[in-house]
Amino acid sequence: MTQAKSHRPNYIGIFVMLALLTLVELGVAFLTVFSKPVLILLLIGLAVWKALLVALYFMHLRFETNRVRILVIAPLPLAVIMVMAVITEYVW
Amino acid sequence: MLPPAEAESGSGVYNAKLGMWVFLASEVMFFTALIGSYIILRFGNPEQWAQPGQVLNVPVTAVNTFLLICSSVTMVKAFAAAQHGDQRWLRIWLLATTFIGASFVGVQAYEYLQLAHHGFLPSGYREGHELAEAAAQGGAFKGGPALPASVALYGATFFTMTGFHGFHVTMGVICMSFVTWRAFRGAYSAADHRGVEVIGLYWHFVDLVWIILFTIVYLI
Repeated sequence: MTQAKSHRPNYIGIFVMLALLTLVELGVAFLTVFSKPVLILLLIGLAVWKALLVALYFMHLRFETNRVRILVIAPLPLAVIMVMAVITEYVW
Repeated sequence: MLPPAEAESGSGVYNAKLGMWVFLASEVMFFTALIGSYIILRFGNPEQWAQPGQVLNVPVTAVNTFLLICSSVTMVKAFAAAQHGDQRWLRIWLLATTFIGASFVGVQAYEYLQLAHHGFLPSGYREGHELAEAAAQGGAFKGGPALPASVALYGATFFTMTGFHGFHVTMGVICMSFVTWRAFRGAYSAADHRGVEVIGLYWHFVDLVWIILFTIVYLI
């Protein structure tokens, strides 16, 4: 049955963090301080940070077995390869 | 005849959860295909994209993003309540998640209607409508002819990506309603609350995809 989980992350803390990061994203996106490449890198960094918080704590990946983690990580290199492959169309 | 012996799980997780993770792994590739196509189309035709906030309603979508984050926390609270066998809070949190998820879909429908009303469609801008004017004045179409047919990519990619995500949320709300109904019938206990955990994984994944889409489609 369900694995007994003794790990209880601070869900409200993660929620507050996600909300704050969303506000930071909006601020970064509409401040005209950054050049476009810096802006894109910052926004993608913030989005990845938020996505990791959701995956690690809300989806409990941090407390899962290695087998489940491998299953989750497996498609990620394929996803990166796919995006890189289409981007190279405009590089070469 | 004896019932078949219970099969041992090789992966260390129960079948439904393993199945959901495999499904989510395939969903990663599904959304990567959409995002990959978006990137290649946008790189190849930058003049067709309006500046962030020029055509799309970012404040409304920011509220929607917040709603989805709220629904993720109510979902995980429902799971925590199920772990403790707390039936009352399990039902309350599941109801809240269903309601907030449905609200997200409602706000997205409102956003689509507003965009269509102001002339932004999957097939491009409707000529003469205010969003087409705004995008043209704001620098979109630079270097390209400002004809509706030439700006179809922006609308097509926007509605395809957010539409597929909205479809996932809608399916999630339907499944969540079923899980909530089962919770009201006392189907979940501290010992066995697999249904809550599995729908939770799906729900958080949909939230995770939105986090990426919100950045790529609305902010960049």
